[in-house]
Amino acid sequence: MTDILMPALSPTMEEGKLTKWLVKEGDTVKPGDVIAEIETDKATMEVEAVDEGVISKLVIPAGTEGVKVNALIAVIGGDAAPVKSNGKAKSAAKEAEAQTRADAKADAAGGKPDGTPGEAKAKNDGHRLRAPEQKSAAAEGLHDPTLPEGVTYAKTTVRDALRDAIAEEMRRDETVFLMGEEVGQYQGAYKVSRGLLEEFGDRRVIDTPITEYGFAGLGVGAAFGGLKPIVEFMTFNFAMQAIDHIINSAAKTLYMSGGQMGCPIVFRGPNGAASRVGAQHSQDYSAWYGQVPGLKVLAPYDAADAKGLLKAAIRDPNPVVFLEHELMYGVEFDVPQVEDFILPIGKARIRREGTDVTLAAHSRMVKFALDAAEELAGIGIEAEVIDLRSLRPLDTETVIESVKKTNRIVCCEEGWRFFGVGAEIAAAVTEHAFDYLDAPPMRVAQKDVPLPYAANLEKLSLPHASDIVEAAKKVCYREQK
Amino acid sequence: MAAKKSAVKSRKPVSEPQKSDLIGYYRDMLLIRRFEEKAGQLYGMGLIAGFCHLYIGQEAVVVGVQSVLDPDDQVITGYRDHGHMLATGMTARGVMAELTGREGGYARGKGGSMHMFSREKNFFGGHGIVGAQVPLGTGLAFSNKYKGSDAVCIAYFGDGASNQGQVYEAFNMASLWKLPVVYVIENNQYAMGTSIARASAETELFKRGISFEIPGEEVDGMDVLAVRKAAAKAVERARVGEGPYILEMKTYRYRGHSMSDPAKYRTREEVQEMREHHDPIEMLKKRLLEAKHATEDDLKKIEAEVREIVNDSAQFAQDSPEPDPAELWTDVLVESR
Repeated sequence: MTDILMPALSPTMEEGKLTKWLVKEGDTVKPGDVIAEIETDKATMEVEAVDEGVISKLVIPAGTEGVKVNALIAVIGGDAAPVKSNGKAKSAAKEAEAQTRADAKADAAGGKPDGTPGEAKAKNDGHRLRAPEQKSAAAEGLHDPTLPEGVTYAKTTVRDALRDAIAEEMRRDETVFLMGEEVGQYQGAYKVSRGLLEEFGDRRVIDTPITEYGFAGLGVGAAFGGLKPIVEFMTFNFAMQAIDHIINSAAKTLYMSGGQMGCPIVFRGPNGAASRVGAQHSQDYSAWYGQVPGLKVLAPYDAADAKGLLKAAIRDPNPVVFLEHELMYGVEFDVPQVEDFILPIGKARIRREGTDVTLAAHSRMVKFALDAAEELAGIGIEAEVIDLRSLRPLDTETVIESVKKTNRIVCCEEGWRFFGVGAEIAAAVTEHAFDYLDAPPMRVAQKDVPLPYAANLEKLSLPHASDIVEAAKKVCYREQK
Repeated sequence: MAAKKSAVKSRKPVSEPQKSDLIGYYRDMLLIRRFEEKAGQLYGMGLIAGFCHLYIGQEAVVVGVQSVLDPDDQVITGYRDHGHMLATGMTARGVMAELTGREGGYARGKGGSMHMFSREKNFFGGHGIVGAQVPLGTGLAFSNKYKGSDAVCIAYFGDGASNQGQVYEAFNMASLWKLPVVYVIENNQYAMGTSIARASAETELFKRGISFEIPGEEVDGMDVLAVRKAAAKAVERARVGEGPYILEMKTYRYRGHSMSDPAKYRTREEVQEMREHHDPIEMLKKRLLEAKHATEDDLKKIEAEVREIVNDSAQFAQDSPEPDPAELWTDVLVESR
């Protein structure tokens, strides 16, 4: 005997109408035969027999409304069935039992207002923050490598530092390859890949058609297939066409596969405002990618960090979004001349120590924060400048420790303020260092408009060192009347 | 990418299927059919939730294609993926328990119907975004060529996905770089509720590769042997470095697009016609009986065996506990230290 129960058309359905029977008592049915139609206010659905046998009883007459889900609607006699029936009634009982068990589990897990283990939360929500029982970031090995005594430095542009990082990693690992628009023969739209085609050939330095969605997806597939692609976007503005693969395919698949499907890939290219190129070519995506679990997001400022972090990104077994800045490519910095210079992901760098206000910034805004600090020093305000370097994970611990000392913070970013990086840092500081704050956290960001083309308007729209100075003076209550 | 010659030796053509092969196809198709019926049943009982897209009616496509693949070949598809997983040898238990969102599922309950994977069986998903699997599969093919392996990737997608832009971006690169990928378009005539004629200016989808120099052909996707024959040619072509190929499988799904689709956009007669005259399982059954490859009793035994597997998987999927709450935090990132 097999009981046929009223099925649910959706998880929320509780009852429905049994519109009509397509079989009568005594009919022989086999699996897949449509035996009835049911409907709710939203949809109509056919009910199929799941077993072979003879309809021995139609329990609910056709046309009955308000039939509860899982109510018995018909019985199939087992006499014609060649094999043992599974027994739907048994399954239904099991289901009830399973549900009870599930409820019990849910209670155990989430019954308390804060059922989530604090440690796991601190470790996993993108903030790198020390729970009391956790080791500090430094103790976890998250510090810059100790440079040997007498190390020499070479003046290097950010552009060449990035190139050196790619070249070194390609020499080191045969599975690393670079693909993107104009990365090969043209030597890179911003010349980051200069010389790579000559050294590595067109098997590993691959010019793609203008097809961001396609080659981002192809890159992710190649990563699934065991390679380590570096996907260059001519700018991150164009990566909007590909953001589906960056998020849905690259960032989420490890989780959705229960840990089977790693995706070691780097998406890199210039991000943020360039100069006079207008709204569609000037956007900062830090906050967009920073929000996504399953991604790592890096945004270095100087050449040494660009090199050390890009090498770390290429070696990382996870998808990494690596945000460069077009206006920084040509700027020279000292890069230590050591073999295999590689930096830890998830550690901020304190660029300038200070006691009066913390300035948190990343990418090109670090320059403005340093300039602002210089100016502030002139009026007796000692600013501590933190270069975030890594946005996900975010080194919240370093920021909090700084705020505990300075009691004030200004969060600086080139992108829009709304739902931005500064908003996240301000929230973290408020949550974890509330009692230390002597002023509300402030944010310096781009004006809440698409970036204008006109020179004067562009200047008004983007944040500058002077905006940081003003904000710092405000939180130090040194505002000029 | 340079046209790097991979070290592929010329291979024997895929052999004619033997009696035992035919019986195997029958069993595999029946397993998918019964598994999907059971999944539909568990959905009705509220044990499976969310989106659940059944493969009933399309079984010949994946079973026929799978029959010509090597173990190293990769398979990737969209969200109507349960049949593909069973055909690649993933266990009914693991798939069903993923559908019920339990610990015993292939992703420990974290993926669900549309997102399942098996590294072991070279099954790369299970992707929920329409068309995403096409560039992803093309990337898998890229990795084969890059590594000099002679594996081929099969990227399955539907008539609906064939209108996505990214499909053509992938076609272009696959042909440009002669990647070992076979695109199998499972044309079941309806993209959700929109018939192909209402959605596609060119309804003969095998022609969709013409402007990329990708040859294609139409195949009776209800006939497992026709599928096998066409797949053998396309796969071997890709394997020896001649590049991508498009197989348009004319097939039909008996059920709605997903469980909540009443399928009012087509007539009952249309569905009945397909079920009665083109059912892939019934057609093969008839062949087996006529050629005396099997008796009714033999086939009943297979039916019983299949039902046992499916019932066992359903029981397992209900008995397997929900994932531990700690699983919430695992597998977000690969921990490198």
